Amino acid sequence: MSVLARTRTAWAAFGIAAAMLGLAFASVPLYRLFCQVTGFGGTPQVAAQGPATAPGPVAGTRIRVRFDGNVRRDLPWEFRPVEPFADLAVGERRMAFYRAVNHGDRPITGVATFNVTPERAGRHFVKVQCFCFNEQTLAPGQAVDMPVVYYVDPAILDDPEARGVEEITLSYSFFPVPEPRQPPSIRATDMAAMRAGRPGA
Amino acid sequence: MATTFDAHTEAAHAPHDDTHRLSFAERWLFSTNHKDIGTLYLIFAVVAGVVGGVLSGFMRWELAEPGMQVLPWFTQGNIDQAYHLWNVFITAHGLIMVFFMVMPALIGGFANWFVPIMIGAPDMAFPRMNNISFWLTVAGFVLLCLSMFVPGPPGGNGAGTGWTVYPPLSTSGHPGPAVDLAIFSLHLAGAGSILGAINFITTIFNMRAPGMTLHRMPLFAWSILVTAFLLLLSLPVLAGAITMLLTDRNFGTTFFDPAGGGDPLLYQHLFWFFGHPEVYIMILPAFGIISHIVSTFSRKPVFGYLAMAYAMVAIGFVGFIVWAHHMFTSGLSVNTKMYFTAATMIIAVPTGIKIFSWIATMWGGSLRFPTPMLWAVGFIFMFTIGGVTGVLLANGGLDTYMHDTYYVVAHFHYVLSLGATFAIFAGFYYWFGKMTGREYNEFLGKVHFWLFFVGTNLIFFPMHFLGQQGMPRRYPDYPEAMAGWNEVASWGYVVTAAGMVVFFLNVAASLLAGRRAAANPWGEGATTLEWTLSSPPPFHQFETLPDFTRRAPAH
Repeated sequence: MSVLARTRTAWAAFGIAAAMLGLAFASVPLYRLFCQVTGFGGTPQVAAQGPATAPGPVAGTRIRVRFDGNVRRDLPWEFRPVEPFADLAVGERRMAFYRAVNHGDRPITGVATFNVTPERAGRHFVKVQCFCFNEQTLAPGQAVDMPVVYYVDPAILDDPEARGVEEITLSYSFFPVPEPRQPPSIRATDMAAMRAGRPGA
Repeated sequence: MATTFDAHTEAAHAPHDDTHRLSFAERWLFSTNHKDIGTLYLIFAVVAGVVGGVLSGFMRWELAEPGMQVLPWFTQGNIDQAYHLWNVFITAHGLIMVFFMVMPALIGGFANWFVPIMIGAPDMAFPRMNNISFWLTVAGFVLLCLSMFVPGPPGGNGAGTGWTVYPPLSTSGHPGPAVDLAIFSLHLAGAGSILGAINFITTIFNMRAPGMTLHRMPLFAWSILVTAFLLLLSLPVLAGAITMLLTDRNFGTTFFDPAGGGDPLLYQHLFWFFGHPEVYIMILPAFGIISHIVSTFSRKPVFGYLAMAYAMVAIGFVGFIVWAHHMFTSGLSVNTKMYFTAATMIIAVPTGIKIFSWIATMWGGSLRFPTPMLWAVGFIFMFTIGGVTGVLLANGGLDTYMHDTYYVVAHFHYVLSLGATFAIFAGFYYWFGKMTGREYNEFLGKVHFWLFFVGTNLIFFPMHFLGQQGMPRRYPDYPEAMAGWNEVASWGYVVTAAGMVVFFLNVAASLLAGRRAAANPWGEGATTLEWTLSSPPPFHQFETLPDFTRRAPAH
């Protein structure tokens, strides 16, 4: 029971505690990564950029995608889907629009969080492009149609948990961003590029 | 198998040398003696327990009949503020009982007192750090009490978040400083407990008497070793989570705020990664105490010593991988729920090993039922009921119906209020003579037990019915249909409170006029080292270390 042995044990124990504290903070990026990779909690997948990413419709399948949009109560925006739902084949690439109107008296930047229900469909719901990838700024009174390009991965047909899903609800919540991180020009270009690439419109 | 240390009873007659060289402040404020610090912790736990118990008294009074009768007295008749006050009361009651009553009593109190003695050590490894642990805990308690009197949500005082402190209620829902104070309180209590855990681990690993191998160590010391590791692994995660909560509240971070890409569910995962081991932190030391008492009053060594020790290790390990069973209704997938259901049920196996080993210890033993044994048998009975309802609640499907109902309240009070608390009283009566040098009054002890036993069962058993009828927890009011059992539960509180009055009478009478306690009042069943010392033990014990190299294990 030398003093040295005691000090060593104490520092080892302290090290364990410090490591667990570190793990608590590391869990923030780890949890996000986990949700993105596994679709846990209905986190949709993001496709690699480019038009060729959709696998193409699978014949004889039909799935309904419902759209939902809401805003945090202190954000004076109106935000709702243009169409309440869309019927499409599994694997088919589609574009949907949400209309956002700024009823406030100053330009406001918002950012949308998103998920899908049922949550087990999250890993099969793929977004190719989405307004939610960026912060959006609306001038007072400005109305914008915001596009999202998506498809349902045919892998859903082989997933025992998600196979029976006939309806997927895609939901967005807009939150105000007090300090926008991206310069407005980038945000505007991004939106323009997306609208320019609007397929079948 | 007499393992009493005749060689060391001699130390018992040594003069209590250092005590009269210390002033009151030196002895009780700057204490470095593990027994003095243990005493301080026990007194502190009693004080905190009274505060937490009075809060629950107001809660039971309010729930005695439908409508809002009691809490509006505190809010000038404002019903909305009375609703909030209810939340403040349940929050403070939960936090106080967990962090400032059960943990200080079992870990700070009994473990400080008896772990060094049981392993044959003169004191804890870091006596001054021990002192810091205690005063950090006291400071935490003061902050928590203060938080009840400063603004919390708009227009109200105190933190009404529940002991779980979930965001967004604890962030955007409570702009005032009450939640900050509660968080600081948990920081301090947590830091104190982590330092205490380091101290226990170092003491147990490095300061055991010669020949006292880990596999000869008494089960209470084993239970504290496992508990210390659980503290070390779980409390920093809580500290991290509430620090993130603090920066979300005050410095504009968005760890748990979806507006900035955070996720409030992450807080729940972090909290329960701490919160589930925490329930074992509260019950494992109780297991240790019960093993000693059952063995002593059966006059037999504990049945299956190694299985008992490793059952605690197994409970501690599995306790870390079941946390999401507290979150069954937060939208987990079927497979996730299946895993957490199965993993949770596995805990019943090592727990069952413990329960059956206690019964096997009693089987064929020479049984006596003085007060500590009554509490110990009461513990086994009550803890088993709480464990059985726990196996029910472990089912993800059933829990969807039971979640946040009084059934859950009944479950965790059976394992804590009737489990951990029974073990605290069992240990208190078992070691009262050892700690104070005075014998408690056996008659008053038994009256205390029976009042407390009947009272707490009256409070908590009807809650099973209320929960199955769908009465949600955390509400101060309920429909007329649930009035009957609520009234029974409130009368149960009165009986319990009467039991506590008897307890305080007993303590006062025994301290003032109790008979002098012998070194070992329990006879040959009591084999651990504390019974080889005088009652109370000398200020410094084991100046010559006991030698176990050629002896059989104590338990």
